[in-house]
Amino acid sequence: MGSKRILIAFYTIVFKEVSRFLRIWGQTILPPAVSMTLYFIIFGSLIGPRIGRMDGFVYMEFIAPGLIMMSVINNSYSNVVASFFGAKFQRHIEEMLVAPIPDTIILAGYVIGGVARGLIVGIVVTLVAMFFTKLQIHNYFIVISVVMLTAVLFSLGGFINAVYARTFDDISIVPTFVLTPLIYLGGIFYSIELLPDFWEGVSRINPILYMVNAFRYGILGVSDIDITFAFAIILMFIIILTIFALTLLKKGTRIKS
Amino acid sequence: MYALEINHLEKIYGNNLHALKGIDLQVNEGDFFALLGPNGAGKSTLIGIISSLVTKSSGQIKIFGHDTDIDLNKGKSCLGIVPQEVNFSFWESCMEIVLNQAGYYGIPRKIAYERAEKYFTQLGIWDKRNDRSRTLSGGLKRRLMIARALMHEPKLLILDEPTAGVDVELRRSMWKFLLDINQNGTTIVLTTHYLEEAENLCRNIAIIDKGNIIEDTSMKNLLGRLSTYTYILELTEACHILPSLREFQLHQIDPMSIEVEVHRDQNLNDLFKDLSEENIQICNIRNKSNRLEELFIRLLDNKDDMHHG
Repeated sequence: MGSKRILIAFYTIVFKEVSRFLRIWGQTILPPAVSMTLYFIIFGSLIGPRIGRMDGFVYMEFIAPGLIMMSVINNSYSNVVASFFGAKFQRHIEEMLVAPIPDTIILAGYVIGGVARGLIVGIVVTLVAMFFTKLQIHNYFIVISVVMLTAVLFSLGGFINAVYARTFDDISIVPTFVLTPLIYLGGIFYSIELLPDFWEGVSRINPILYMVNAFRYGILGVSDIDITFAFAIILMFIIILTIFALTLLKKGTRIKS
Repeated sequence: MYALEINHLEKIYGNNLHALKGIDLQVNEGDFFALLGPNGAGKSTLIGIISSLVTKSSGQIKIFGHDTDIDLNKGKSCLGIVPQEVNFSFWESCMEIVLNQAGYYGIPRKIAYERAEKYFTQLGIWDKRNDRSRTLSGGLKRRLMIARALMHEPKLLILDEPTAGVDVELRRSMWKFLLDINQNGTTIVLTTHYLEEAENLCRNIAIIDKGNIIEDTSMKNLLGRLSTYTYILELTEACHILPSLREFQLHQIDPMSIEVEVHRDQNLNDLFKDLSEENIQICNIRNKSNRLEELFIRLLDNKDDMHHG
């Protein structure tokens, strides 16, 4: 297949993915906006003033970057895991598998679909946040690159989860028991400097900490960790998960008999 | 060059099920080829391997000369698949399904739309183009799957029981459609449980049973091997005690109908004459089953009443 045809195949997958989540916007775009509004009201407006300042910022300003990042992570992951598993379940993944599409294009198409949803939800949540607090961007490059790379990383994670999943339960286990605890313990609501040394050390094993802090640095200009190191961690995970996902596709793990 | 060439193909599933036991098969370019076999014979496994949805254990497949181990994507470009089970998204419209499928093959949307219009019209589903696929009847879903498989205009089209569960009228119209595209140059491989379908459409045939090809020949040659034909004779008056004829063996079905086996060296006129002498009048005669069906059952039962001419 020539490069033009490969490009058409790629656009087709992306278009199909984006159409899918926009068609069901009431399930994909609206819920994060509602839940983030509640987070801002409860943690920002009601509890926040009693907590006081965090890293020199009012609590609402401090948690806003983390909440935006949480939406991006959840939505990029859940978009790919639901879509790819749904395609497996209804067997219309076979439409792609019988076509001469390189595995890299199938993976890239799904990942870009996940990134698109992550970014759209991220923008919606940012708009919600702006009703509650004033957001000033400290470094646009860091904000955009961190949010993009994080969306890519969790789209890849969703893809791998979907490949292994055999039932609908399997696509909710990882988000519930792995992703949510990591997100909540990833420094969204607090600075890890508040933790005892031992738990601060444990927190540094959590990769989401690096994404949240890098994004927070891009917006507020403060971070618990080194930004260069954060980028290295994110890129390292992207490379590992990309190789892993392509290996699964090539072998046809749980896709082919 | 063969449209499809299969050499020593073997498939052993994880549960040690030996689905294909080293089969060899060739399908000529432009052929209309029947692949028959009972349920569980290995037909769908074979089609799955050709379409790369099932991984083979060993062997070689070439699609229009493209070895799928070396140049899988070129082979895939020549191949269209109509699977046995419905496998499209229930949430998409018919048009979305075929346009996406064309997109996966790198076909620009404008050309894809023109082809969709052409095949939807030919298959009689143009007015359903904007309907969600889940709202279609079984017959319409089958036609949608055929249209989808043709979007990249493959040189080889494999249909796995395309007329299963389809009413007679629709089946006949699908036969005409398939004959037309075959005459326009598309090689067709068909699996079916309607042996009348295979007999009417296909020029060559392979029969697969328990993972082995037990027959691979032309339809004409295979049908020529049938040494006896079984007829049902309907009588004008009830006959309670069958006479014993010199050359023919009669079996009573009920007082108004009898079954008789006629060897191909025998003459039906002699049968009618013998019956007439016994005062048995015939008002109707028909085949007990179609010829291929009779052969198929005998082949699978490993009966010896065929001679290999």
